[in-house]
Amino acid sequence: MTSAVLDLPLPRESLSRRLSDALFKYRGLLLTLLLVPPLLWLGIVYVGSLIALLLQSFFSIDEFSGTIVREFTLKTYAELLHPANLDVILRTVVMAAAVTAASAILAFPIAYYAARYARGQMKAAFYLAIMMPLWSSYLVKVYAWKLLLAKEGAVAWAADQIGATPAIDSILSAPLIGGPSLSVSYFGQFLVFIYLWLPFMILPIQAALERVPGSLIEASADLGAAPNQTFRTVILPLALPGVVAGSIFTFSLTLGDYILPQIIGPSTLLLGQAVYMLQGTAGNIPLAAAFAVVPISVMALYLLIAKRMGAFDAF
Amino acid sequence: MSVHTRPQDTFAAHPLVSSNGTAVRFTHVARHFGAVKAVDGLDLEIRAGEFFSMLGPSGSGKTTCLRLIAGFEQPDAGEISIFDEPVAGIPPYRRAVNTVFQDYALFPHLNILDNVTYGLRIRGMGRAEREKLGREALALVKLIGFDTRRPPQLSGGQRQRVALARALVNRPKVLLLDEPLGALDLKLREEMQVELKALQRSLGLTFIFVTHDQGEALSMSDRVAVFNAGHIVQVGTPEEVYERPQTRFVAEFVGGSNVLEPAVSARFGGPERLISLRPEAIAVRSSGVASEIGRLHASGTCIEVQYQGAMRRVIADCAGVRLCALVNAAEVRDLNPGERISLSWLPAAMHAMEDGR
Repeated sequence: MTSAVLDLPLPRESLSRRLSDALFKYRGLLLTLLLVPPLLWLGIVYVGSLIALLLQSFFSIDEFSGTIVREFTLKTYAELLHPANLDVILRTVVMAAAVTAASAILAFPIAYYAARYARGQMKAAFYLAIMMPLWSSYLVKVYAWKLLLAKEGAVAWAADQIGATPAIDSILSAPLIGGPSLSVSYFGQFLVFIYLWLPFMILPIQAALERVPGSLIEASADLGAAPNQTFRTVILPLALPGVVAGSIFTFSLTLGDYILPQIIGPSTLLLGQAVYMLQGTAGNIPLAAAFAVVPISVMALYLLIAKRMGAFDAF
Repeated sequence: MSVHTRPQDTFAAHPLVSSNGTAVRFTHVARHFGAVKAVDGLDLEIRAGEFFSMLGPSGSGKTTCLRLIAGFEQPDAGEISIFDEPVAGIPPYRRAVNTVFQDYALFPHLNILDNVTYGLRIRGMGRAEREKLGREALALVKLIGFDTRRPPQLSGGQRQRVALARALVNRPKVLLLDEPLGALDLKLREEMQVELKALQRSLGLTFIFVTHDQGEALSMSDRVAVFNAGHIVQVGTPEEVYERPQTRFVAEFVGGSNVLEPAVSARFGGPERLISLRPEAIAVRSSGVASEIGRLHASGTCIEVQYQGAMRRVIADCAGVRLCALVNAAEVRDLNPGERISLSWLPAAMHAMEDGR
């Protein structure tokens, strides 16, 4: 055995090697280079335009000429409190809350199974099944649901075949959520919202559950907790950050959507439609901006409450 | 013994209990995972109030045994009873045993006191009472003033103490410890060994301690079970297991004995049996030093002298047989690899074994 050092030549000095040397020496430089483009994008293009929009909400519109009066006023916000506008806000917030709650309840068992039991091929199949609806066009999915939920549609037909028509009729005859058919009722709208946003709820919950070590669940059982107690005192608190993350998606996506409510549901407006119409046909940018502030405030309030309740304590 | 009465008191209402002080009994217990026989037809009796260690390499079935007692696993065959009550089908949360987990498994969303009192809270005890008991348990493991901290803010040793307090506060009939000292550094580990043993003695509680560290098992236990491939190969006091290993596996795993084949033993002047010869029973002399009467001798070549603090581990080649000796540093001060040496031991140091697992 020889102990001679292998006499390899050093790699050739090239521009890229010298660049690597510089980046190795000045760590901050690399970080700056990596962060400047996204920060420019987020900071100026995104947040900047958002602020520009929000500033519009402090302007008002001249009722005679229809031109924007560029003076600071809270008049536009006062308009939000007009019963018709308040109605839009309330209806949308209730719909978003209902969609979020239903999505969370539907998503949890699926996410729990995927995080704790699915392995190998089952896990791949799970991801595929969750992600696949996201690959197809939003509009195609919404129109497909319109046909499914129509009076002579597949859902009504299937309900008829299994004798569930009375159940659907009782939903349709219910006040508020009902209507002539599922496709023009709030209940139908609610179903399609859930369908659209469910993946955004499942994935964060699954990610949160994935981080809960199995030994914690065993420890809970070891200390005398029956499965339902373990769920309440260990699994749910640790999954809560995931539920909150998921509900940010489902809640804000529902609050802002203006296409689905045009296609499915009654003719009354949701918040997103109101913003769309005000800044488009009506040309009332200040009121549209004031409407746009509503979901932002609702989300901020929601996150504040979630934090107060300790949803982010475990991390 | 008074310390043993507490667990049995609880079962006094059962007239059929043959109150013989058995904490845990395994009868022909098997647990298979697919083709892997993690535990394969095991019989075992753990006495009430003893510090019992399950010692073995990883995958030998010791942790599965612990999980069977805790109820996280159910046996495929055989029966387990805890204080003479069969526990088949009884879920973990209905068993009067508690576990100290290898990774401690502290709840990250709860502070230290809430972690310790979790079991009491689940049983519906009021806040004031359970916090009093929780503080007592934390004092027992010498962890005071950490009540409102969270697990990630504690060191490994402190987390280990919290896990111990969290289990003990429930007054289990049996405490299960799954390699609880594995993640600690040497000094902390030795401290905790002393404390665990003192705690067990003062509480009079049955401790079942799983470890792959033979030093740990020998220094703390009343009895040790040596596991290999889903079987228990020997159960006994640390002295019995260390000094009178019954099989080649035990001799090699516990303390790294020299195992001599029958022919080799006969060549060295011993019986024609499979022999265990402890390294510390072998004396090393320079070749040519007058031999002592009554000792058996082998001459060989020194291959290696390993530094071990006050001791030196000498590895020698005696005509193709590798022998390992553990001797005082002073005895081999000038010994270098390559030198001829003479190894000797008393005939009584040659312990005959069965040639089994």
